[in-house]
Amino acid sequence: MQNDVIMAGFGGQGILLIGKMLAYTGMQEGLEVSWMPSYGPEMRGGTANCTVVISDRPVGSPVIQSPRAVVAMNLPSLDKFEPMVRKGGLLLINSSLIDRSSTRDDIRILLVPANDIAMELKNPRGGNMVALGAYVGSSHAVPIDAVERVVRETFSSKPQVIDANIAALHRGYELGEQAVA
Amino acid sequence: MAKKLMKGSEAIGEAAVQAGCKLFYGYPITPQNEIPEYMSHRLPQIGGTFVQAESEVSASNMLYGAAGSGERVMTSSSSPGISLMTEAISYMAGSELPVVLVNIMRAGPGLGGILPSQADYFQATKGGGHGDYRLLVLAPWSVQEAADLVQDGFDLADHYRNPVMILGDGLIGQMMEPVEFHKDRKPIKELKEKIWAATGYDGTRPRAIINSLFLDPATLEKHNHKLQAKYAEMTRDEIRYETYGTDKDYDILIVAYGTVARVCSTAMEDLEADGIKAAMIRPISLFPFPYEAIRKAADKADAVLVVELSAGQMIEDVRLALEGNKPIHFHGRMGGMLASPEEVMEKVKEIKAGKSQEVSHV
Amino acid sequence: MSEAVFKNPGSLADVQTHYCPGCTHGVIHRMVAEIVDELGVKERTIGIAPVGCAVLAYNYFNLDFHEASHGRAPAVATGIKRARPDLMVFAYQGDGDLASIGAAEIVHCANRGEKVTVVFVNNAIYGMTGGQMAPTTLPGQIATTCPTGRDTDLAGFPIRIAEMLSTLRTPAFIARASVHKPIYAVHAKQMLREAFTYQKDDRCFSLVEILSTCPTNWGIPPAESTEWLEKNMIPYYPLGVFKRPDGEDRAPLPIRPARRPHHAE
Repeated sequence: MQNDVIMAGFGGQGILLIGKMLAYTGMQEGLEVSWMPSYGPEMRGGTANCTVVISDRPVGSPVIQSPRAVVAMNLPSLDKFEPMVRKGGLLLINSSLIDRSSTRDDIRILLVPANDIAMELKNPRGGNMVALGAYVGSSHAVPIDAVERVVRETFSSKPQVIDANIAALHRGYELGEQAVA
Repeated sequence: MAKKLMKGSEAIGEAAVQAGCKLFYGYPITPQNEIPEYMSHRLPQIGGTFVQAESEVSASNMLYGAAGSGERVMTSSSSPGISLMTEAISYMAGSELPVVLVNIMRAGPGLGGILPSQADYFQATKGGGHGDYRLLVLAPWSVQEAADLVQDGFDLADHYRNPVMILGDGLIGQMMEPVEFHKDRKPIKELKEKIWAATGYDGTRPRAIINSLFLDPATLEKHNHKLQAKYAEMTRDEIRYETYGTDKDYDILIVAYGTVARVCSTAMEDLEADGIKAAMIRPISLFPFPYEAIRKAADKADAVLVVELSAGQMIEDVRLALEGNKPIHFHGRMGGMLASPEEVMEKVKEIKAGKSQEVSHV
Repeated sequence: MSEAVFKNPGSLADVQTHYCPGCTHGVIHRMVAEIVDELGVKERTIGIAPVGCAVLAYNYFNLDFHEASHGRAPAVATGIKRARPDLMVFAYQGDGDLASIGAAEIVHCANRGEKVTVVFVNNAIYGMTGGQMAPTTLPGQIATTCPTGRDTDLAGFPIRIAEMLSTLRTPAFIARASVHKPIYAVHAKQMLREAFTYQKDDRCFSLVEILSTCPTNWGIPPAESTEWLEKNMIPYYPLGVFKRPDGEDRAPLPIRPARRPHHAE
């Protein structure tokens, strides 16, 4: 069983971080994982993306051309990765910043107003956590309580943001689960 | 020690530290800057030293000095930087100095690009610098293996008194994967005291001269014979490779090294689902090269497919292994473009359908 | 009982050198060996031979040695010293090696303040390769690659290494000396001794540029070459201490007033 996802957005949206947290959770759960960032001059101020693979067997290619899921946090990311989603795969769209959906009818589409939810929770920087929760809720790539432990560990030096981030994670998770159900 | 999620570059640095390397001399170049960055903060913690040299030329000559003093020392660079280091690499091979060199390859020629490539295969395995010398070249396909090979590399370098190159690509440097370092790791070779090192002459042993200059041709020829004997010993004892799916029947044998082999392993799984039987052999040591193992693995196959991020440099060695007995096909990407599992699958299907053109014997 | 007042230094190998008649490498080797003996650091001193006439210097010293590639001796010295700070490390380099192909290495070695000593022998020409123009060849001076004399419009002016390095902010000991006559040699040895002492005391980078003769490639007899050096080189390359690590930067102190070279500027 393999789960793979490309997470993409603006630099500064915390995309690489949630990718790392996802991979780290997988490792903690005893699964094989890889995390591969895009790198190069476009790293600065442009779009950032990473590919995470979580598998119960050794990870083959760490670069995925037809991912089982894409998390698009901004419009350029949606434009770039929408066509790549594998048939039957999942496309998660941050509808707070992207004002269009997808026209593809061969994939599952999940609209998540990640930034609006984060604002509602008075955690304006927590949009990435909402997206991470929604991805985990809809893919069950890793258990959500394991992600929660990783959130606590990741922000252990900033305890004041832990509860807000966990709240954002769970709101996203609920949305993701509902979409699957 | 528990598994840690580490970037390949950092794992390479930590592996060197775990192997007792306290010295790193380097110069910035993308895509391997995380290695010197890691060493610059890690080495002072263990009483080691990091020097950012003024150039790769200088960094590699600093290695010469440190290795000649008997200390474990490492540098890392990427393709254009390795070209600048080839002068010192030749001198270190000639002076029989043990060092570990890491090349996180980027696309060339010239300044090229910064994305992954395997276009330095010839440079790494066929010399690079001047003179009849060889590097022991090891190519990892995962972050864990990169860490393991770096540690083995120090033992091999010391044992053979020869530079060892870890040949990775941009993916190996940039990706994060779980890594485990074993606290009770034992050296893979018996390590002798470095009595040849220049540490000060006190009259109790012959003077230590770290040198590759032999003006008398007969003496230099003798020195060369000694080096060649060493390379022959490596060829006998240090060949490393892995095979995948060779226990079953198969029609196509894939030959690939480094992260490209992982792309191929994904392709193999998907091919199996489509009812196409393929196996793979992955050279880990590129010098010495697993000629015999490739020849044997190809026995069952109708054709051999070489996949590389280059114009097909390893084909020359595969051809030597097969001695013309099997048709060789090639799929390669250049310029920093990656081969995808889908492309590899398509190529295998073309070969099966007789639509792929064999690599011509130039 | 008779007392030996002049003997072979223990750090100098008792062998015949390959240097040409009238060359001062032998004198400079002896002075370096004497200082290593006098400072009592023979057992922990590592020399680095260059590419150039002194390429075989490792045969002439009773010390452990590295043979560096062309110009890279300061990088090799850095590598050794950083690996083993307890060792005394000196690089012995000529002007083609240090001032041309190895210009980057010497500048950055000095600028990092590596606690090593560089003995820089400047004879204003490439010796081993047969008399080509060096970065230190004087204006108008004939060499095999400037048969009508160095043309400063094409080749620029000779590089004054001691002056150039002494502009670096990093503390260092930088001096220039000559050995073409005994009185100069006495001063040269004092400067070399000071340079090695700074290293022994773990103070700073040190470099002594020593003017040298090359009768073979200059194409004049040994006796005349010392005159030529004094008349032509010292005015362009004034002698003295250019920099000390305590920040006492001062103007060059020529042993004699410098005369302007008749064919320079």
